Amino acid sequence: MEKHILLRHRDVPGIDDLAVYKANDGFAAFEKALKSMKPADVTAEVKNSGLRGRGGAGFPTGIKWGFLPDNSWPHYVVANADESEPGTFKDREIMENNPFQFLEGLMIASYAVQANCAYVYLRGEFWQLAAFLDDKIKDLEDAGYLGERILGTDYSLHIHTHLGAGAYICGEETALLESLEGKLGQPRLRPPFPAVVGLYEKPTLINNVETLTNVPVIIQNGADWYRGFGTEQSAGVKIFSLSGCVKKPGNYELPLGVTYQELIFEYGGGIVNDNKIKAVMSAGASSDVVIADEFCLETPLAYETCEERLKAPLGSASVIVLDDTVNMAWLVNKTVNFFKHESCGKCTPCREGTFWMNSLTHRMMNKDVASEDIDLLKNVALQMQGKCLCALGEFSTMAVVTAVDRFRADFEMHVRS
Amino acid sequence: MNKLYNKYEKEIQGILARYPAEGKRSAVMPLLFLAQRDSGYVPEAALTDIAEITGTSATDVASIMGFYTLFHAEPAGRYRIQICTDLPCALRGSESYLEQVCDRLGIKESETTEDGLFTVEAVKCLAACHRAPMFQLQGDGEIKYYEDQNVEITMQIVEEIRRAIATEKGA
Repeated sequence: MEKHILLRHRDVPGIDDLAVYKANDGFAAFEKALKSMKPADVTAEVKNSGLRGRGGAGFPTGIKWGFLPDNSWPHYVVANADESEPGTFKDREIMENNPFQFLEGLMIASYAVQANCAYVYLRGEFWQLAAFLDDKIKDLEDAGYLGERILGTDYSLHIHTHLGAGAYICGEETALLESLEGKLGQPRLRPPFPAVVGLYEKPTLINNVETLTNVPVIIQNGADWYRGFGTEQSAGVKIFSLSGCVKKPGNYELPLGVTYQELIFEYGGGIVNDNKIKAVMSAGASSDVVIADEFCLETPLAYETCEERLKAPLGSASVIVLDDTVNMAWLVNKTVNFFKHESCGKCTPCREGTFWMNSLTHRMMNKDVASEDIDLLKNVALQMQGKCLCALGEFSTMAVVTAVDRFRADFEMHVRS
Repeated sequence: MNKLYNKYEKEIQGILARYPAEGKRSAVMPLLFLAQRDSGYVPEAALTDIAEITGTSATDVASIMGFYTLFHAEPAGRYRIQICTDLPCALRGSESYLEQVCDRLGIKESETTEDGLFTVEAVKCLAACHRAPMFQLQGDGEIKYYEDQNVEITMQIVEEIRRAIATEKGA
């Protein structure tokens, strides 16, 4: 990309300062929406842009905005800044460096659904970042962009930050709402969906930080302009968090549809020590382990192509690269241990399944398993699938099943002799 | 009202103002952070105080404290060095880094140094995968990130903190 659309701080130094942000078209989109567009027009523009949720689910953003009913008030908007998926570190870079574009997106979303109160739910570890955002929110209040009767219109909006306290599950939107209400972060039964019964039982829109950060440029430049990036079904740009065995790990903002080959070898500089690439995971620890053959590497990173070609969803586009020094039984022990730790305990298949998988992989690391235990591990994983309220239980099985199927020899190495 | 409220009245008013009247309970987590600011853990008496302020029960507050990993029911070192050992960090050497830090401090993981200043803990992903090894430092009511670490850099940070505290005590 010649110029960044989301990671604009890389092109514009000091853009975290309100004056600098304003001098670079900052809040032009918010003013345009507020003064010349009806809320429904704003939603329509976002719908037409093809923007899809960047937190992982890929749900069309504008359609989600349209779900809030007109006969139940007040409405709330919550920015999901709980970024906790192993391999994901994009929202943090946005908020730390380009905070106003994110906040402007949140403000436009709030206007579109006519919410007068919005929360930014940050993971507790982002303690410093929350204080930083509080300062930026204060700057906006002082400048008249937030508060009562903004810029002389009838619209009022207040934004508050709220810290979680260390729980991956709170990235799941209904668990997030529970947590924001001061309860255990455990997912709710759906329906009703948060758009109808959300925060404090009111209609609530929840969007990921990166999703919201796209909104100002869409409103300013129009849906057609935005569709000029990416593919037919995956419009726009995406921030790819690249980690693992690559020479240049980091965030890369690229049009959707860039291939694994380009991301890993052109942008990421190739594999550490020039080792041979073995596999990739496209959505952090929640991913399938995909063999990095030619077919995989040629796959465009877009929602539809990852699904169609690899049966491995793009998710949050947190690409973990694995080279031929990585043993897949070791990897699965890592991911399973993560999910066991993060299971909220509500659903029995997830709570017990992650516990027993962890116990098996732990024994594997001590070479204290028989060959049948490898099948048992896969069997436990398969029995968890489709039986939990939220996706965490399902996610914990993805790497297990695919790694056992595709890299059985790595597991056999851990069988007791 | 109670001890916690009296101590932090203005701050607590500010916290409560962020939520609607029917959402008072939302203040439980911010208040737990407040309650553990002084000693690095939540004293038992604070549970009742928080319950009273937010209109819940002390049992509910205790269960929330137990659910979330950043709240601590037991005292530990003044500073918790929390090292991420999840998959992406482990691929960049965070497991051996954790061992080295423990060795240099003369403790095992989840133990506290003799001077009572540092507890080392292995934790889950902190959204800093590209700058591993890394740790967050939890203490004095704050959480700070330290990225692109190796054991030498970390030990310098540890020594700086030790010096600052010695000066604080001397003054």
